[in-house]
Amino acid sequence: MENIIEVKQLKKSFGKLQVLKEVNCSFGQGGIVGILGPNASGKTTLIKSILGMVIPDAGEVYFGGKPVARSFDYKKQIGYMPQIGRYPDNMKIGELFKMMKDLRNVHDNLDTDLISAYGLDAMYDKAMRTLSGGTRQKVSAALACLFNPKVLILDEPTAGLDPLAAEILKDKIHAEKAKGKLILITSHILTEVDELADDIMYLFEGNIKFHKPLSALKAEAGEQKLGKALTKILTQNV
Amino acid sequence: MFKIAKYIALDIIKSKVVMAYTLLLMAICISVFLTDADVTKGLVSITTIMLIIVPLVSVVYATTYYFNAAEFTELLVSQPISRKNILLGKYIGISSSILSAFLIGVGVPVLLFAFGSTGIILILTGSLLTLCFISLAFLASVAMRDKAKGIGLALMIWFYCSIIFDGLVLVFLYALSDYPLEKVLIAITAFNPIDLARILVLLQLDIAALMGYTGALFQDFFGSGFGIVFSFGLLMVWFVVPLIISLRVFRKKDL
Ligand SMILES: Nc1ncnc2c1ncn2[C@@H]1O[C@H](COP(=O)(O)OP(=O)(O)OP(=O)(O)O)[C@@H](O)[C@H]1O
Ligand SMILES: [Mg+2]
Repeated sequence: MENIIEVKQLKKSFGKLQVLKEVNCSFGQGGIVGILGPNASGKTTLIKSILGMVIPDAGEVYFGGKPVARSFDYKKQIGYMPQIGRYPDNMKIGELFKMMKDLRNVHDNLDTDLISAYGLDAMYDKAMRTLSGGTRQKVSAALACLFNPKVLILDEPTAGLDPLAAEILKDKIHAEKAKGKLILITSHILTEVDELADDIMYLFEGNIKFHKPLSALKAEAGEQKLGKALTKILTQNV
Repeated sequence: MFKIAKYIALDIIKSKVVMAYTLLLMAICISVFLTDADVTKGLVSITTIMLIIVPLVSVVYATTYYFNAAEFTELLVSQPISRKNILLGKYIGISSSILSAFLIGVGVPVLLFAFGSTGIILILTGSLLTLCFISLAFLASVAMRDKAKGIGLALMIWFYCSIIFDGLVLVFLYALSDYPLEKVLIAITAFNPIDLARILVLLQLDIAALMGYTGALFQDFFGSGFGIVFSFGLLMVWFVVPLIISLRVFRKKDL
């Protein structure tokens, strides 16, 4: 199967800090990939490079075989949920959704599952500035799914969500996977990644330590749980 | 691009700042015309005030708004919209609001009280000056990462154009008073959009000679007609070039 996203020799520094050091990776047409790694290992930076929000110093990202540099049409096929969703303060929830549809000029075939599951439609008149962090996350999640994208990129999607809301999101992620979508998730909650992911990619100080199926990882460590397996493999390597 | 501009303009109209700016300009113009019987003198007074307020408000407001809307920009960049259209959309949204404020606040009173070619030149010059300083505001905004530095730079630009520049010219003249400097001085004027705007209005009024050294030089050197075209062209450069540079910088900016 052809890879939908390919990252080749990607390098990125912020000032003197080398955040990504020659990252090479690729993601196939479907399935859930859990991107793990300690804080500041470059997960968000990698995701933002794929989305063209961070411009790499060297290397190239390909989406559907085409380089993403200086292009933007490919973003139609990506739903992105940022780690920290930031929205225009004065805008109301309803206005935000309306504006996104207007800007994209897409009004049909919308996926409003999360809007109704989270009861966001009942809060359409609330201004974004007055929302709690978790509600903002719900808006981000609903927005990421709204246009039925082929690829979902979720940066710590459940951080800040209450358990019930997190459960709803996980069900949604499973449902999207069943439709054959590719879903990239970063998370620090290993039990959650354990439930969701097919593959694990581990980033450490700007390098990919490994990228393999979850089952292979567990077999290698001889452990049933991702948390234990990860600890074992990472301590062995030191 | 125009959709983005529409959302930004709608957002700005809701805020009170642009409304206050409109009313301030209007109050100044009307009181000048009501107290001064001589229309030409009235236009000179308005020009003097306009050359201070218009650049200051344009550059500071546009920079502040740019940074306050950083979230919106971030959201847009993750969407299938080109960076060029995002920045131009922002530019059109912000400049159309500030420009409308100017046209209502200064344009309407001037046309009512002092309809004529001078009034029209004044309105055109003020509009162009507004656009120049919004372009400069964009340049300051894309060049800086955080709001405080961006606004600081915007203020520096204004400070340079309206105060420091004149001082530098004087020092320059004084230091080199033994040489024939007229042509050099004309070239130097091109480096300050506010000076260009001043000369543009005063040449039209045919009283440039009364208003400082560079004005007199311009009139001598070009005659009024060509001088107007020349300074108009240079103001256009001040409007377009910073905007083009901002687009280039923004294309490579991390969000
Ligand atoms: N725009 C930026 N300017 C300067 N430094 C940045 C910028 N964005 C990220 N960094 C730095 O890059 C490093 C990697 O950040 P990144 O957000 O990619 O980490 P992460 O793996 O997502 O971490 P976390 O688990 O905390 O979300 C950090 O040290 C961060 O301070
Ligand atoms: Mg992160």
